[in-house]
Amino acid sequence: MEQKIRKKKKALVSAQECVACGCCIKVCPRNAIEIWKGIMAKIHMEKCIGCGKCATECPGSVILLQEVQP
Amino acid sequence: MKKHWYDYLWILSLTYLILGFFNILFAWLGLLCFFIPLIISIVKGTKGYCNRYCGRGQLFSLLGGRFGLSRRKDIPKWMKNKWFRYGFLIFFFIMFFQMLWNTFLVFSGTRKLSQVVTLLWTFKLPWNWAYHGTLFHPGTAQFAFGFYSVMLTSTILGFITMFLYKPRSWCVYCPMGTMTQLICRAKNNSRTC
Repeated sequence: MEQKIRKKKKALVSAQECVACGCCIKVCPRNAIEIWKGIMAKIHMEKCIGCGKCATECPGSVILLQEVQP
Repeated sequence: MKKHWYDYLWILSLTYLILGFFNILFAWLGLLCFFIPLIISIVKGTKGYCNRYCGRGQLFSLLGGRFGLSRRKDIPKWMKNKWFRYGFLIFFFIMFFQMLWNTFLVFSGTRKLSQVVTLLWTFKLPWNWAYHGTLFHPGTAQFAFGFYSVMLTSTILGFITMFLYKPRSWCVYCPMGTMTQLICRAKNNSRTC
């Protein structure tokens, strides 16, 4: 039987546009986000499960879910 | 998720706004919202205030989130553009210094105390019912009126963008947020400037 392979998605922050407000941290169920030096949000890829909660929450909509190679 | 004590700071922000309707001198307390973020960013080099302690942001996320007073649409591109953010910061600064200048004029005796709160830098609302005299110079009251105008105006702008876009849209162009981010960038000497 052929198995459909779904590509994994991960959150990706637009570094130029992020205002480092930290809204995303509060909704991340995996604690995968930190604000790096007060400049921008950084996603810990090994923890991110691509749920998209941060992307929905982000007031500037600067987080996107992107497919990553498994 | 576990709640911390600082998740309830929205109560202080709301109380602050309400107190201004009873005695304008409480407006002075708003200086905390100016100095704490600056001190955190200068000393620690982080945006800890925005990330944890900002009561106004919490208020917006509560009303726009749990109370559903937000359309939850994407903010327009120009609003998150850095030139708009820096421009708004400069505009805010100019208005702030104009307010300080008015305070100075009252302190120097050139101008009388005007008991008005100016909304959106345009609409002058009589606010004499919240002024019951001061033990100090009338200039201290003038500062309170001016500062409360700044706080109320920014709250109204925040509410408008909360309704139109996402709950915490204010955070995108908040002058304090922009300023603390600039300080963090300078302090951490980042190449992402």
